[in-house]
Amino acid sequence: MNPTSLLRRRSFLGLAGAAAGAAFLDACHRGADAAGGKGKGIEWWHIQNTDPMLSIWAQLAQGFEAAHAGVKINITPLENEAFKAKLTTVTQAGNPPDLFHSWGGGVLQQQVNAGLVKEFAGDARAFLSDVSANGVKLYQVDGKQCGVPYELGMVGFWYNKELFAKAGVSALPKTWSELLGVVRQIKAAKIVPIALAGGDKWPAHFYWSYLAIRQGGVAAMEEAARTGAFDSPDFVTAGAKLQELVELEPFQPGFLGAKYMASDGQSAIMGNGQAAMELMGQWAPTIEAAYSTDKKGIGDKLGFFPFPALEGGKGSPSEVLGGCNGFAIGKNAPPETFEFVKHLLSLESQRRAAAEGGILPVTRGAEDAIKDPNLKLVHRALANATGFQLYLDQAYPPAIGQQVNDSVAALVARSATPDAVARAISKTAKNL
Amino acid sequence: MMTEVSTPVAETAQGPAAEQIPSPRSRRSASARRQLAIVPFLLPALLLFGGLVLLPILLAVYTSLFKWNGFGGLPTNFVGLDNFVRLLGDEVFTGDLSRGLVLVLLSVLVQLPVALGLALLLNQQLRFRGLYRLIFFAPYVLSEVITGVLFTMVLSPTGGLVNKILAVFGVAGQTWLSDPDRALLTLFFVVSWKYFGFHMILLLAGRQDIPPELNEAGMMDGASNWEIFRHITLPLLGPTIRISVFLSIIGAIQLFDMVWVLTGGGPIHSSETMAVTMFQYGFRRYEVGYASAISVAMFLISMVFALLYQRYVLRRDIEGAVTKAGAMR
Repeated sequence: MNPTSLLRRRSFLGLAGAAAGAAFLDACHRGADAAGGKGKGIEWWHIQNTDPMLSIWAQLAQGFEAAHAGVKINITPLENEAFKAKLTTVTQAGNPPDLFHSWGGGVLQQQVNAGLVKEFAGDARAFLSDVSANGVKLYQVDGKQCGVPYELGMVGFWYNKELFAKAGVSALPKTWSELLGVVRQIKAAKIVPIALAGGDKWPAHFYWSYLAIRQGGVAAMEEAARTGAFDSPDFVTAGAKLQELVELEPFQPGFLGAKYMASDGQSAIMGNGQAAMELMGQWAPTIEAAYSTDKKGIGDKLGFFPFPALEGGKGSPSEVLGGCNGFAIGKNAPPETFEFVKHLLSLESQRRAAAEGGILPVTRGAEDAIKDPNLKLVHRALANATGFQLYLDQAYPPAIGQQVNDSVAALVARSATPDAVARAISKTAKNL
Repeated sequence: MMTEVSTPVAETAQGPAAEQIPSPRSRRSASARRQLAIVPFLLPALLLFGGLVLLPILLAVYTSLFKWNGFGGLPTNFVGLDNFVRLLGDEVFTGDLSRGLVLVLLSVLVQLPVALGLALLLNQQLRFRGLYRLIFFAPYVLSEVITGVLFTMVLSPTGGLVNKILAVFGVAGQTWLSDPDRALLTLFFVVSWKYFGFHMILLLAGRQDIPPELNEAGMMDGASNWEIFRHITLPLLGPTIRISVFLSIIGAIQLFDMVWVLTGGGPIHSSETMAVTMFQYGFRRYEVGYASAISVAMFLISMVFALLYQRYVLRRDIEGAVTKAGAMR
């Protein structure tokens, strides 16, 4: 036997040993999984990564576990943007979590088309008769119920009453030109009129979307979604109106790089009382408090008014831009997941979330649990809404939604004209 | 590397066999045996390389020929080279290329000389020399994400350290990462802050490899400090400088983490790199086919650059390791 063959034999043995060891470890790992989970583990990803909802969800999950022996709910709370990125990778790999956050709309539709979500059918659908029809509709794809809302909300202006008073603003703006006047007045008082997270882009898209809704009406938005004609005069006008606001330089210094959720972001600036208003959804008070320096926000000084009317626009001022927060169920989810969702939407759970968590409930009979006077205002505006438009970056397929965000961000940065914005969005929409 | 490893094996295998039966046939079987012996050693590495590098590259090339949102099995909507045509007309992508070029030029013209200067300085007899070396090298130890988060705070327009210091000198309200005209330069500054220490250590090691006798001989011949630097130090540092430049350029082409954390590519794409654009299309817009085309373009750019650079710039430095002529010698 020469040295080479000895070496060879050893290496073969070593390799074989290593391979066997790896196989053994792998088998153990799988065994442990199967024994521990019994197939009843529910993987739950949600985006309420701050209190109070963070704790409320956890407690509701614990309650469900206690009532259902053998069910284990593994919660992964994620920050908004991180959630989107992480969900994308797992869904593209065809392996969605059992229960995950969904805004409905175009993203849900893509997930449904790829067969990644389970349908709510039969018994599982029946309980939705108690849930807000406006919200439930946003989770229907081709007539199938592919998700459920737990909250229906809308976007409007949140303002700092103290700073408004300091600048001498006596009446809340009812029209776009009044709003521009208020902005001038506040700026003259050396106060930052508007906090904006230009770096995250989606907060800027609210302005353009609302102006488009006011200019063309909700019907025009649906029309554009179908034809891709985002370059119609109405959308160009919406951009031009936004440009009027941008020209006043109403935003905080460095807004182009600002994030929504950060210690120097839009929510923090509002929560610290450093800006007079922001255009944001119903979650604004909670997030302002969470990211403010004292973790309390501005409390009673915070007020709400709906997006003003646009002179000469076809849309009614009672039409709203908003959206749902909700859940979809992944294709590999155990049947108990439906039960769990039912539990999350029960009147009791919803009342609790409305009272402590600052969400706008969707289950009938939970409305009167809302304590916050501002959220009551939002809820009333929603209840009286004559038209409802889902956030554009959720309503449309992601490619269009992101193009809207990108182009509007460029408009806000004064590097694109209203016309160029409309053309860019239209080009993306027609290219799909 | 390969030649170094296989040479001793060849000797032990061939030596005794050649002594015993010196016929051509058995020599052939001996060499076949030797090749067989290499297989089990190579196999794990080949499987890993094939499965984790080659296969994904081929898959990306395949997907780049389709219009595909990434969902559900395999892509079906074949569009040929459309994605690549679109790429050439995409202002963001062509912008990425010019921004990449700016970053490369800045790192070669600014970061490298700074690192070189520091390396030479810290090669002198200085008090606390070790401490200085440690301090300058420290940022390299941080992960890119940590560095990014750190500098978003330092450069924050409201209450960031930089603005507070500037305020002392009466310069108030500056914006860095959120100014489209400054974002790229600011990004370069942060990237350099993290990496100059690494290049400094590389160059320092290269400098220490230069025998002191050469400097002494130069001084005996009456060369000035500048002449010693220009005609002895710099040429002998050549291989290290060339590697340092190579690493900077490859790093600039692939730059992602830092940009993502600092600016996300904004404002209005002013600090976006190819990798960020790819991520945006792949994971935000769900246009996986187009994102794959971007990744293929990145791969081609990196590869062509690496090959040309090795062929023409690193030629003398790597002779023997990769080139055939070197192995023969």
